Amino acid sequence: MSNRAELTRRDILKSGAAVATITLASGVTLMAFGGSDANATGADAGKRWGLLIDANKCAADCSDCVTACKTENGWGSHGEHASPETDVAWIRKVTLKDKQTGRTVSAPIMCQHCETPPCVDVCPTGASMKRADGIVLVDKHACIGCRYCMMACPFKARSFVHEDVTDQSVNAPRGKGTVESCTLCVHRIDKGRIPACVESCEAAGHSAILFGDLKDPDSAISKALLNYPSIALRADLGLNPGVRYQNL
Amino acid sequence: MRLVLALIITIFGLTGLAQAQNALAPNVPTATGAPHAEGNEYWRKNHMDLMRHDRDLTLREGERDIQASLGQCFDCHAVEEAGEPVTYENEKHFCRACHDYAAVNVDCFMCHRSTPSDNVLNRAMATPDEPNSIAAYLARLAAEADQ
Repeated sequence: MSNRAELTRRDILKSGAAVATITLASGVTLMAFGGSDANATGADAGKRWGLLIDANKCAADCSDCVTACKTENGWGSHGEHASPETDVAWIRKVTLKDKQTGRTVSAPIMCQHCETPPCVDVCPTGASMKRADGIVLVDKHACIGCRYCMMACPFKARSFVHEDVTDQSVNAPRGKGTVESCTLCVHRIDKGRIPACVESCEAAGHSAILFGDLKDPDSAISKALLNYPSIALRADLGLNPGVRYQNL
Repeated sequence: MRLVLALIITIFGLTGLAQAQNALAPNVPTATGAPHAEGNEYWRKNHMDLMRHDRDLTLREGERDIQASLGQCFDCHAVEEAGEPVTYENEKHFCRACHDYAAVNVDCFMCHRSTPSDNVLNRAMATPDEPNSIAAYLARLAAEADQ
């Protein structure tokens, strides 16, 4: 469709692969577009992107993933009212210490891309959403900045933008008054590239973050989850996150 | 004589009217690049619908192979002042030329950048020979597993 002026309403209706119409009463119908279209591009419901983070491979003094995320998505430069409580953090390094044994372990924590995300449940405008391929996002076109999702998230993964933002990255439009979080570098994934944190961790020589398709039983991440012990953070909540941890 | 006078008045009247229109109409900055296939009139009337449609398609469906993206607007429609492209803060900005005239306040640039960006990497699909492509990454993992 090189000339959209020639696109008619009929063309748009025809292009919806399968249209299911349910008649509720005479004159009242429910229509559902979609279904499986072999030619459809975009988020693939046959995939679920996830990460497996091996805390043993993650160096305590390394924060390359955080730096790469800042550079890629353009967050991290704070204004005059900066404070650790309110600063934006899409990804942060957390260090845990076992009080009995003294063992310390470090790992990055970001949006866990839950299968049943509480942030989506509580959003009053539908801005908090999960894509077909399992990536949880904020649609800032609809976000009113109420921060319910920040309350609901058990992983403290979401941040509110308190200050004006200028010169944003084309990768991640962001502005004051909206909530944001890790997008799993959705702009990269949609163009066939790996997330920035995964790339930087590999470049640093740690390869602590394994990226892949959780729905593909032959993927490296699925095999690792099958063969070795791993945990989901706050597994008691039954959210089935797409981000898993090893050796934590 | 009366005819000539009438003619003169008509001509002056018309030029006066034309000048008045020019003063009132928005001064749309000239763009570079190839013109839109649909024509300027179509875009002036429908750009908001095209972009609204695409924003939902892109963000919610992950469909990024689209025709109208905000970033691409600025490839041709960036207005420069002192060698630098102006932001939406500047009233010379391409979008503001008409929106100020129409008293339409757009909030796109509360989040989106309003100037061209050098970062055009993710406009194109990755090729498998790029080291950060998913294909190359999975190939590295497979090679590692074989060892």
